[in-house]
Amino acid sequence: MSKARATIYGWLLLGPAFVLLAAFTHWPAIATLYHSFHSTARRNRPSVYVGLDNYQGMIDDPVFWQALINNFWYAVGTIPVSVALALLMALWVNEKLAGRTWLRLAYFTPTVLPMIAVANIWLFFYTPDYGLFDQIRGLFGLRATNWLGEPGTVLGCLIVMTVWKEAGFFMIFYLAALQSMPPNLAEAAAIEGCGRWTFFRRVTFPLLMPTTLFVLVNAVIGAFRMVDHVVALTGGGPNNASMLLLVMIYDVAFRYWDVAYAATLTVVLLAILGSVALIQFVVLEKRIHYR
Amino acid sequence: MSDALAPRGFGRALETFGAWALAIFWIAPLLYCVWTAFHPPEYATKFALWAPLSVENFVKAWNAAPFARYFLNTFALVTMVLAGQLVLVTLAAYAFARFEFIGRDIAFALVLVQLMIMPDVLLVENYLIMARLGLVDTILGIGLPYFASAFGIFLLRQTFKSLPKELDDAARVEGAGVLVTLWRVYVPLARPTYIAFGLVSVSYHWNNFLWPLIVTNSVETRPLTVGLRVFTAIEQGVDWSVITAATLMSCGPLLIAFLLFQRQFIQSFMRAGIR
Repeated sequence: MSKARATIYGWLLLGPAFVLLAAFTHWPAIATLYHSFHSTARRNRPSVYVGLDNYQGMIDDPVFWQALINNFWYAVGTIPVSVALALLMALWVNEKLAGRTWLRLAYFTPTVLPMIAVANIWLFFYTPDYGLFDQIRGLFGLRATNWLGEPGTVLGCLIVMTVWKEAGFFMIFYLAALQSMPPNLAEAAAIEGCGRWTFFRRVTFPLLMPTTLFVLVNAVIGAFRMVDHVVALTGGGPNNASMLLLVMIYDVAFRYWDVAYAATLTVVLLAILGSVALIQFVVLEKRIHYR
Repeated sequence: MSDALAPRGFGRALETFGAWALAIFWIAPLLYCVWTAFHPPEYATKFALWAPLSVENFVKAWNAAPFARYFLNTFALVTMVLAGQLVLVTLAAYAFARFEFIGRDIAFALVLVQLMIMPDVLLVENYLIMARLGLVDTILGIGLPYFASAFGIFLLRQTFKSLPKELDDAARVEGAGVLVTLWRVYVPLARPTYIAFGLVSVSYHWNNFLWPLIVTNSVETRPLTVGLRVFTAIEQGVDWSVITAATLMSCGPLLIAFLLFQRQFIQSFMRAGIR
């Protein structure tokens, strides 16, 4: 097929998807940047170019910094634990332990639930007095705690829920990688008298490196994107203690209708996601090439 | 780890115990939810082995909110999104896999952008676009931003590329056009990928919450997740038994499908994860 014909066919086939992609991904991303340099249109006051004013306002906004710091701790709290648990689960499920089908089912099921259902289930545990946690604490004569209502505990509560939901999902990726590993590696290692732990540390874990990178990237994106439970349970409160970046964007945009400020915050979020992509790209090019 | 180094004896027993302990711990919250939903409210926080079973909570939940409508909306949403995705993704993936067209690499890079920046993140601008298109508070408005799935394009492109090109040439020799070749040769051979993508897509959109919350504001368009939220946000006299029943009900079909076809589900998620 000639290049010209291929080009016509190629674009005709790609066209419909590309139009929608441009309309709902590329255009909104550019519009976000545009709006971040303009003021929000109000009644009698059309939107005007304001330069970096929105960014200045953001830097001066303590809530923004708190959201950013919270999001950082939320990521630090969820990612290593869920990835480590996912790896452990995958190793166990991949071994021929008794009842592995049931194990896999138990680990994976939370992944199938909507985050909003997960929020409802855990809300029950966190409810003061009445909830499971306080009932257990009550047995030891400890006082009731408003888990989701205290600035000190709310983020931890959200982290626990997220780990519960995500670990099984990440397990799948590790499981897929483990199952595609040639069995003769382990056989050779066994003949050489290599122990299980050494084999894991020297062979399995390095071979899983691309998967780990993939899972980490997904986990980081998730930490900034998945906020259903926060919106449903706390709305960012109490006192902004569980405010995450996307929750703040939602709040600013749909409660205060400040499109310009929401756009400015979205630019920060896009920059974070973009750097994750860049890091992934660079690392992929450079280091993790075992295949 | 494979058999040669599999744990033996005491170590094996210990690992089996650990795996089971974690599994029980992991499934406990869900079992607790099931327990509460199927027992009268007075047993919500009190465990008794012979507590009477009842479906009263489900009846109450069903009558307390228009769940039938929510089910219908969610069903319409996931069906529409999946249908739209399958068509668009197939065409685009075929273009990337088999045509050396001008601008292909740039176009592909632009598609991959969506893997990082999903429509979920561009809430505000997408809402403004929907408002301009008059699609606020419509089911089409919830689904449209997801039709062109970069994930699907990427996944299917890999599959198409792995098929022998001779099949393509053979079909051409037979006189089949581009679309006929795609439909007769590529689509049937990529079935496992379609199933994998379909399951991932359906579970994603069945569970999606924030975007539907923003773009809908009436019973007629709200999917289950948003309906469940509206339902549980009513603070007065929280009846946990009814809430757990409503929660289970909303994820029921997906959960039951998963339990019945768990092997296919997990294999599909695995297939979708391998890149």
